[in-house]
Parts: sequence; structure tokens; C-alpha cells
Amino acid sequence: MSLLKIEDLYASIGDEKILNGLSLEINAGETHAIMGPNGSGKSTLSYVLSGREDYDVTKGSVLLDKKELLDIEADERSKLGLFLAFQYPIELPGVTGMTFLRTIINSSRIAKNLPELEGIELVKLIRKKAAELEISQDMLKRFVNVGFSGGEKKRFEILQMALLDPKIAVLDETDSGLDVDALRIVGKGVTNLKSKDRGMLVITHYQRLLDHIIPDFVHIMVKGKIIQSGGPDLAKLVEKEGYKSFLNGN
Amino acid sequence: MPIQEETIEQVNLATSKYKYGFSTDLEVDKAPKGLDENIIKLISSKKNEPEWMLDWRLKAFEIWKKMKEPEWAKVNYSKIDYQDIYYYSAPKNTEKLKSLDEVDPELLKTYEKLGIPLNEQKALAGVAVDAVFDSVSVVTTFRKQLEEKGVIFCPISEAIKTHPELIKKYIGSVIPRHDNYFSALNSAVFTDGSFVYIPKGVKCPMELSTYFRINEKNTGQFERTLIIADDDSYVSYLEGCTAPQRDENQLHAAVVELITHDNAEIKYSTVQNWFPGDENGKGGIFNFVTKRGSCLGKNSKISWTQVETGSAVTWKYPSCILHGDNSVGEFYSVAITNNFQQADTGTKMIHLGKNTKSTIISKGISAGKSQNTYRGKVLMQPGAKNARNFTQCDSLLIGDKCGAHTIPYITSKNPSANIEHEATTSKISEDQLFYCLSRGLSEEEAVSLIVNGFCKEVMKELPMEFSVEAQKLIGISLEGSVG
Repeated sequence: MSLLKIEDLYASIGDEKILNGLSLEINAGETHAIMGPNGSGKSTLSYVLSGREDYDVTKGSVLLDKKELLDIEADERSKLGLFLAFQYPIELPGVTGMTFLRTIINSSRIAKNLPELEGIELVKLIRKKAAELEISQDMLKRFVNVGFSGGEKKRFEILQMALLDPKIAVLDETDSGLDVDALRIVGKGVTNLKSKDRGMLVITHYQRLLDHIIPDFVHIMVKGKIIQSGGPDLAKLVEKEGYKSFLNGN
Repeated sequence: MPIQEETIEQVNLATSKYKYGFSTDLEVDKAPKGLDENIIKLISSKKNEPEWMLDWRLKAFEIWKKMKEPEWAKVNYSKIDYQDIYYYSAPKNTEKLKSLDEVDPELLKTYEKLGIPLNEQKALAGVAVDAVFDSVSVVTTFRKQLEEKGVIFCPISEAIKTHPELIKKYIGSVIPRHDNYFSALNSAVFTDGSFVYIPKGVKCPMELSTYFRINEKNTGQFERTLIIADDDSYVSYLEGCTAPQRDENQLHAAVVELITHDNAEIKYSTVQNWFPGDENGKGGIFNFVTKRGSCLGKNSKISWTQVETGSAVTWKYPSCILHGDNSVGEFYSVAITNNFQQADTGTKMIHLGKNTKSTIISKGISAGKSQNTYRGKVLMQPGAKNARNFTQCDSLLIGDKCGAHTIPYITSKNPSANIEHEATTSKISEDQLFYCLSRGLSEEEAVSLIVNGFCKEVMKELPMEFSVEAQKLIGISLEGSVG
């Protein structure tokens, strides 16, 4: 049974049609990669899945665990187990990393009918997960994403993912702005989060991220829909020949 | 002071959004509406005041009659009819209460709803409470423990009789009757308030706290607070304010005077949550308050911290006059306006002594269709050699129908003085909201998180017991401000 089922999804901004009948199924335990040239609608897909309001969804359905996501707000989608790692994480001046993490962890625990975590227990949990991503205590005292380097921003995204423990994680261009070392840390962090209960959707322009997060399936997206699917080898083909051949094939 | 969950629930059921909006049915003793000499004489006689106090009031009334209501603040409100207000209203049977058992149970229930434990056994260790209901102080807790240290903490109406020498010496010494229209009015008709005296060398062993409650319809509240910290003493004082939800506007015109002698320190914190009016701008308190502290002694310090979330119209500038050499004035403020609220608030730091230092941190948050103005004055007088001021004014906008205004007045008459002013204006962006939402926070949780982050520098100045409550209050005040 599929964990996430996207069916015939159409979305636009104003008159511009961006998603044009996209369908995709992800089962628990699977990692899927969507690759595509600039402007193919990759980031729009991540925003539409997570519930950003700027888009008009004109047709289609997105089921997470059989529940329709398109009918509910972004915060409800998160509470159902959807997570989006942002391509460009947003700055929250005044809100320290620690405060932010404490707030989202407890909000998610309340949604799951778990008791809120306080004090030392909470700090221990955060520190453990942070250490795995080589995030220092000092970084958690800084304001969320303010003055973070590209690598710090992405590691902080993955830390949130680790703490929220989502059923489906969508990673939007997680490799952008990363140097080689940061890419290795982030890749390892994400790979550690693979589990038989979780599905992942990795959205990327370049193949290099997929050396660190090995996908089970690779899909090529052009003009708002998937035009070809295959195994990891498909990504290697893109690396070698670019997107040209796929574009011509259309 | 944590508000009991159960209490919150009860009150939420009783009111819609403003959770303190209930009123209490009590038998009251009321003077007729309107203001003239006879009303002032009546107030004075109700309080069994000495002759000199009545004369002082009548003089203030003469001054007030010749003054005009100020119009320079950036606030608009319908004209106040000063003859249509009750100037005296007291819960009956409050004469000479010896213990809580004698307090009207309805009144105790009211304070329980407000989350203020007057019952001494239940009271938070370390906080003494004076409760002022309409115009009368109903009960002061922990008096015995304080008396042992020589600390006087009592209703000002009582202090006028028991400590006339202190009252005569200090009342009106920081804010003279003629200072402004509302201070003159208050001086004529004030009915109660708190009086605090900390003797030489004493560090007050607990937080002192006053809760003000306007209950009766059409009643003005004119409380007067006077705090004196003698040489080498310290006190931390907190006031909280609430009022029932009513369609008409009610007037609150308080006067607060602080005096510090050599090496003394007063920390004065306010959590102001008067009824702000409903979401259509109907009703709410007019809060026209004069607060000023005088650092008379050398090395003395006065620190104002305020969290202002209530009132329909606020006109308030807690200030410091830095007489003593090396004295320090501080002003930490969070002012939140939502719906149709208007706030014109800030501070005045008047530097007279050498090496005097002042810090102003003001955080204004505007939402809905509200207007939020910071108005601040920094004045370095010729004697203020090497004086320093640092001012930071930050404004945060939520939505696109509100306004934030910053109006600093800066004057230096001493070339060695150093003045810094920083100001920023920012807006909660759609991106920030979406980022928080995508992590499972509701819009209200997201706004509360961002706003609390914005205010952190001020919130950390609040006494521990109250900062949690203040944080919650910020969340509640901004409910419905987005989306």
C-alpha cells in the first residue's frame, strides 16, 4: 500500500500552469528522487505538497496514509507526518534554535497525544540528534537561520526532520549551497533517517546529491509532469548527457 | 504568577476573547456622577483624611479646572465628559478588614478568576499582594513579614493617616499637581493605590505586587502609587491591571511616583491588560497615566519594565529624572496593539547628574488596524557631564492595515554627553509564517513565537513569576491578527 499517492496533480500561479498532471506513488521504506531542469516545476511540487497558499491546485489528489492533504492547511499536513526541508530556509530573528525546536517538538507531540517534553529530557534529545549532524550547542543558541552558512541551514533542516520524525520527507534541492564536506554531513544525516516506515522524496537538479542519498527510484520531471522513471542509473544518465535528450524526446 | 488552568477555562467560557471581561455583582457604595468640590470633599471624608490632604486635593482641582486636555498625542478618541463619570465607588463592607475572612466572598472569587491568590497560604512564596478594586484597596497580604523588616506596604489612604510625614514630604514631589491635565485630575480625586517605603539598608524580602481592577460601570479609576527607597535599599514591585468587558469607554488616570535615595534601587514592572475594546473598536479603557521616578541619590537606579497589551487608548511615558551622580535609569517596554487599539507610549530620560546613564529598549508590535507610537525624550542638561544614553526602538508590523511610528526628541546641552539611538521596523513575512506552519505550528502559535522572540530583551527583565504569564498574554492579545 502506498504511503504517499499523488494523482494527476495540476497547479498554477495566476495564468501560468506549472504542474500538468503529475502522478507518483511512494511506499513506506522507499526513497524516490525527482530530477529535472530549471523551471520544470520541482520546487512548486514541494510547495504544493506542503500546503503553501500561493498556488491554485486545479485538479488532482494527494493522499498521505489515505488522507487527502489538499483539503487541509500546512500545519495539519505537518501533523499528519509530512515534512519539507526547504531549499531556502527562512530566517526567524529573535527566535533561538533551541526555542524553535522545543516549540515544534512539543506541538507535534501534542498532536500525537504524547506528553510534552520539558527540561533536561528535551535538551538531551535535541543534543543527541544535533551531535549526529555535527551541529554545535552554540549554533542552537543563535537565531533560526540568521547568519547561518549554507551548510548550517541545511543541517538545521535535517535536524528538524530528525526530531519531527515524519512519515514522508520531501527534500527540496537540499544540495544547493553546500560544499563537499557539508554535502557529506547532510547526506549521511538523511541516510541515517531512512527507515522501513518512512518514505522520502528527494528533489534535485544535480546527480551529486544522489551519491550521498541513494534513491530506489529516479523520476525525470519536465514541464510539470514525470516523463520517465527508472532506477539509480537514470540519474547517472542525466549526469552524463544532461536533460537535453529528455527534452528532445518530448 | 501562573494562572490555574481551571480558572482560565471558566473565564473563557464566560467571555469570548478578553478573558478578564467578566464583571462582579457586589453591593457598592457610590458617590453621584460628576466632579465638583463637594465630590472631592466626600472622597476625602470617606477616607477620613486629615485637613491638609483635602486642601491639597482642592488646590489640585483648582489647577485642573484651568487646564486643557492635551491633544498632542497620536491618538483619536471621542471627547470625555468628565461630568459623566463616577469618581468614587467602593465595594461595601470593606471598612477595617483585619483578615481575609472578612472580605466579601464575591470579591475573593473575582481575584481567583484573575489568577491572583489572595489567600496567604496559597500565595506564591515571595510575593506580597495589594488588591485595589475600583477605587478601594481591599486587602494587602504578607504585611506582618514586611513590617518585621521595617518595610511599609499599605494602601495609600492608610499611609496618609499613619505616615503623614512621609506622604507630606513626597507626594507630588516627582509629579507636581500642575504637571499635566491628568496628574492634576488624579491629585484631586485619587481614591486609593499603594504606598511603599523601604527603610535604609533594607533589601525588600519579597516581590511587592498590586492588582488593579475596574469593575463598576462608568467609573473612573484614579489610583496613586508612591514608592520610596531610602539609602542602600532595594525593592521590586509589580502591578497588574484588568477590567470587565463593557461597551462604553472607561477612564483610568493613575499617577505613580518613585523616589530612590543614595545607592537605592527600584525595579517597577507592569503587566497592563485593561480591556482593549472589542474587534470593532467598541469599548475599552482610556489609559492616561503619569509615571515618573526620581533618582535623587547618587548611584541610585530606577528601572521600568512594561508589557502593555490592553486599553483602547494608551497615553503613558514612565520616566526617570537622574539627579544623583552616577544614577541609572532604564526603560524596557513591549507595547502590543491589535484591532482598533491606539498606543502612544515611551519614556523620558532627563539627565542632570554627572555620569548618569540611561537605557531605553522599546518594542512596539502593531496588528489589525491599530496605531502604535513610540514617543521618547532624552535630555542631557548642562550638568550631565559624561552622561550616556542608549536607545533602541524596534517596531514589528503584522498585516498591512496597522501603523508604527517612532518619535524621538533628543537634546544635549553638555558636549561630553553621549547619545545613541537605533531604530528598526520589520514585518512578519508570509515566508516566516509558512516556515512555521510547515513545522506543524498554527498561525497563532507562529505569531506568538516570532513576537516573543522579538520582545525577548524586554521579557527577560520581568520577574520570573510573571514572565510566563506575560508570554501567554502576548499570544492571547494577538489572536486573530493573521489570516
